Amino acid sequence: MTTAPQKNIRNFSIVAHIDHGKSTLADRLIQATGGLSDREMKDQVLDSMDIERERGITIKAQTVRLAYTAKDGETYTLNLMDTPGHVDFAYEVSRSLAACEGSLLVVDASQGVEAQTLANVYQAIDNNHEIVPILNKIDLPAAEPDRIKQQIEEVIGIDASNAVPISAKTGLNIDLVLEAIVERLPPPNGDPDAPLKAMLVDSWYDTYLGVVVLVRIIDGHLRKGDRIRMMGSGAAYDVERVGWFTPKMVSSEALGPGEIGFFTGSIKEVADTRVGDTITDDRRPTDAALPGFRPAQPVVFCGLFPVDAAEFEDLRAAMGKLRLNDASFSFEMETSAALGFGFRCGFLGLLHLEIIQERLEREFNLDLIATAPSVVYRIRLTSGDEIELHNPADMPDVVKIDTISEPWIRATILTPDEYLGAILKLCQDRRGIQADLSYVGNRAMVIYDLPLNEVVFDFYDRLKSVSKGYASFDYQLTDYREGDLVKMQILVNAEPVDALSMLVHKTQAERRGRAMCEKLKDLIPQHLFVIPIQAAIGGKIIARETVRALRKDVTAKCYGGDVTRKRKLLEKQKEGKKRMRQFGKVEIPQEAFIAALKMDE
Amino acid sequence: MSRLAVPAGSARAADAAPPPADPGFGVYVHWPFCAAKCPYCDFNSHVRHAPVDQARFAAALAAEARAMAERAPGKRVTSIFLGGGTPSLMAPETVGAVLDAVAAAWTVDADAEISMEANPSSVEAERFRGYRAAGVNRVSLGVQALDDRELRFLGRLHDVDQALAAIRLARETFPRLSFDLIYGRPGQTPEAWAAELERAIGLASDHLSLYQLTIEPDTMFEKLYRAGKLAMPDEETGAALYAVTQAVCEAHGMPAYEVSNHAVPGGECRHNLVYWRYGEYAGVGPGAHGRLVSGGRRHALATAREPERWLARVESWGDGVDADDILSEEEAGDEMLLMGLRLVEGIDLRRYRAIAGRGLDPGRLADLVAHGMVETIGPDRVRATRAGAFVLDAVVADLAA
Ligand SMILES: Nc1nc2c(ncn2[C@@H]2O[C@H](COP(=O)(O)OP(=O)(O)OP(=O)(O)O)[C@@H](O)[C@H]2O)c(=O)[nH]1
Ligand SMILES: C[S@@+](CC[C@H](N)C(=O)[O-])C[C@H]1O[C@@H](n2cnc3c(N)ncnc32)[C@H](O)[C@@H]1O
Ligand code: SF4
Ligand SMILES: [Mg+2]
Repeated sequence: MTTAPQKNIRNFSIVAHIDHGKSTLADRLIQATGGLSDREMKDQVLDSMDIERERGITIKAQTVRLAYTAKDGETYTLNLMDTPGHVDFAYEVSRSLAACEGSLLVVDASQGVEAQTLANVYQAIDNNHEIVPILNKIDLPAAEPDRIKQQIEEVIGIDASNAVPISAKTGLNIDLVLEAIVERLPPPNGDPDAPLKAMLVDSWYDTYLGVVVLVRIIDGHLRKGDRIRMMGSGAAYDVERVGWFTPKMVSSEALGPGEIGFFTGSIKEVADTRVGDTITDDRRPTDAALPGFRPAQPVVFCGLFPVDAAEFEDLRAAMGKLRLNDASFSFEMETSAALGFGFRCGFLGLLHLEIIQERLEREFNLDLIATAPSVVYRIRLTSGDEIELHNPADMPDVVKIDTISEPWIRATILTPDEYLGAILKLCQDRRGIQADLSYVGNRAMVIYDLPLNEVVFDFYDRLKSVSKGYASFDYQLTDYREGDLVKMQILVNAEPVDALSMLVHKTQAERRGRAMCEKLKDLIPQHLFVIPIQAAIGGKIIARETVRALRKDVTAKCYGGDVTRKRKLLEKQKEGKKRMRQFGKVEIPQEAFIAALKMDE
Repeated sequence: MSRLAVPAGSARAADAAPPPADPGFGVYVHWPFCAAKCPYCDFNSHVRHAPVDQARFAAALAAEARAMAERAPGKRVTSIFLGGGTPSLMAPETVGAVLDAVAAAWTVDADAEISMEANPSSVEAERFRGYRAAGVNRVSLGVQALDDRELRFLGRLHDVDQALAAIRLARETFPRLSFDLIYGRPGQTPEAWAAELERAIGLASDHLSLYQLTIEPDTMFEKLYRAGKLAMPDEETGAALYAVTQAVCEAHGMPAYEVSNHAVPGGECRHNLVYWRYGEYAGVGPGAHGRLVSGGRRHALATAREPERWLARVESWGDGVDADDILSEEEAGDEMLLMGLRLVEGIDLRRYRAIAGRGLDPGRLADLVAHGMVETIGPDRVRATRAGAFVLDAVVADLAA
């Protein structure tokens, strides 16, 4: 049985702020070691999902095994993990870091250190990683490698004197990166004779192979034919296939200590493969399980409902499969008077929400409606009980409520000086409390405490627009604070529409209510009668609009005996009505609904 | 001019006599050629620069009438309608040949209504007498406007004088006459339209068709409209124009019996009533539509639209039928609602149930009644109210849903 000798293994993650060039660097490393031929190569080859390619961002961490013959004449096995840079996918980064001993910290030599650079490098340090700083994009005229080197030392506090200046685009100095990996990162040091202990890093559903599990072997071996057990879920399986990705799938007989690879078995239960679980030999189990990963805390919630009620079960199955691939997303069943059966889902952020919805629609061919995103509130009842509120529609009667608390975040914003004023105003408008303001070279670093509720709507968009895209943003959930929060209801023709109700801060209620009514006024089609649209808090109306009644809508012209044409038009109208939701006597097209929920300010 | 006074206060007339149980059987014949294409028109009409071989078309129309009679044999024809295009471009012999063919294919009632559309620009006394001799007893003139500037705007080839001459000639020649006007033209105020309409009623005989200008896809007007060069009346003005139309016509004893059609009592177009009452009719000629019941199922027939393609088909296969769809109960029910609710007399609910295989949704019906859009007449009829007629498309969509 030949598994790689541990001294010749290097496991590392590539971490950076979004767009600093991680995936491009991965391309060069794959190419330089012959993992793919030039013909097979394409830009950001590891970004294999359609969504990743379209948006030019990495969403899923990817692992490849490379064979590299170093200057010392030895051949090394390199396991490279490319990670996403966006804060919403930080969970992917933390899983990858846990499976490695070292990190390549990529910093764009013209942009410098940004919010996610900091967040990711601190995580790597927490994982006791050896870190190799890489200064990327030095081919750009704006690159200032020396200044950025200094910045890394000042801001992060790590030695950057031997940071490797490269261009992932042109391939400049990729050889130096490979040598640095071999020389400066430590090899794993598992016990080859101990019982199998492996970390479940990732799993996904493959149409041909079923559930594929990505593992990092800590101790012992994982062999084809072994019977293994997942210590957390308790499920046991016979291992059918073992191997790794180059990025092509390669089969092998076994994986040894320090190696990263996949296995398959006849795994039917998607729920059995929990990311972070410890895998061991069923007959000779390890005595201590790995600590596992801290479960991701969803911070943004929304309801997802099938447009076609008949697709509910399909949606449930699709969510199960997708959750296997993305443990940071959670769901539970929900029913809504307006939308029927669906799920209340938790996400790590708005981009995460958007991506999951899009993946469900594309990969599983579903048509979905998403309700307005909301955060989790904690409500203390007068009875002394405390409840968590995931959905404003479930809010208890006001008389039973003692206090409502909402989650607050600590946001770190890095921005060129000239946008600082606008950013401070934005944070202030969102009920922010400034905690710190300092300078990193010519960039300002502001720290703000903000209610998450004020951020989930359109904060990123506003931030991007007021800073022309230059500000970077990162946040951490800090605590729950009591707030003057009220439930705002939207009444259409005097009927409350539960899917549109939301919790808002008293000071923001009127503005939000007015905005929602104005929007709905344009979205609800004219009916045969006048439709009042109102925003209300308790019994008090705080905003009001009306949809005028139809005045004239009759085909005047004669078509002679050509009823077919008129019938076809009617059929289209009927089809449209099927996609409408009935609220009392008012029909609201689903599209209008979605548009209203996407509301910003 | 005979005119019956209608008792004041009756919002919607035609309450009196219930419609006949049998809507009759109509034959529609399409003549697809025009001297010029009007910029608002999306009918199946074509301009040909070489003379049309009328004898050949007449033979094909006759052949197709025979073919239709094979699909619906033994009918008593209660009306024939020669429409277009511009049927008044047909030679009287052509008209005669076609009417003879219809008479040979089925039995034509002795008092059948035989209508023909005519454009004022192609009217001659000689030809009118020829049509009359061939059997035509009702003419529908495309007058469209009583203002020379407006007629030019509408791209018409005639002026007001020619229209007046055509009306005079038609009244001398035919027992019955209708003419069409298009209103709701850019800039037209309700007052101006009321005046134009009063004048038209003064010229009318027993029937008027008053169509609000509609922007149709793939027309010259659509292009202008999209380019922002046609200031079409807004919804509010549209409603006011429609209201004025009803008021003026009622005051002069020509109430609407359908959304856009007005007649002195008894002057209704029997042929179009067959459509609206969702009776059976055969369509002959390019792009003609028919509804024929055979084997207990309602068939929707349509022929090839392009005249020469239609001609080639008839000559090789005996008919130009392009589509022969058996309608489902739902489809037939929808069609009956679409057509029947346009009529002031409304629809018979028992017949609707028989055709649609279901009744109207009582909840939706009750809502519409509560909103004053629909009313019942006795236990078995419903119709759109005056208010409902303004927004009939929405009312029908509600009832059909
Ligand atoms: N000029 C130049 N552009 C580069 C270089 N490296 C990457 N880029 C460009 O930077 C953009 C982002 O590169 P990616 O490799 O997708 O960045 P990433 O860090 O993987 O981004 P996320 O996965 O979304 O966090 C792409 O347009 C690359 O072509 C470089 O060395 N020079
Ligand atoms: C079958 S058409 C043609 C009759 C004849 N060819 C003529 O134009 O005089 C019947 C009537 O429909 C009306 N019409 C045609 N297109 C219209 C439109 N876009 N909007 C409103 N009415 C229209 C005209 O009044 C026309 O006379
Ligand atoms: S004459 Fe009549 S059918 Fe011919 S183009 Fe004009 S409106 Fe259309
Ligand atoms: Mg990437």
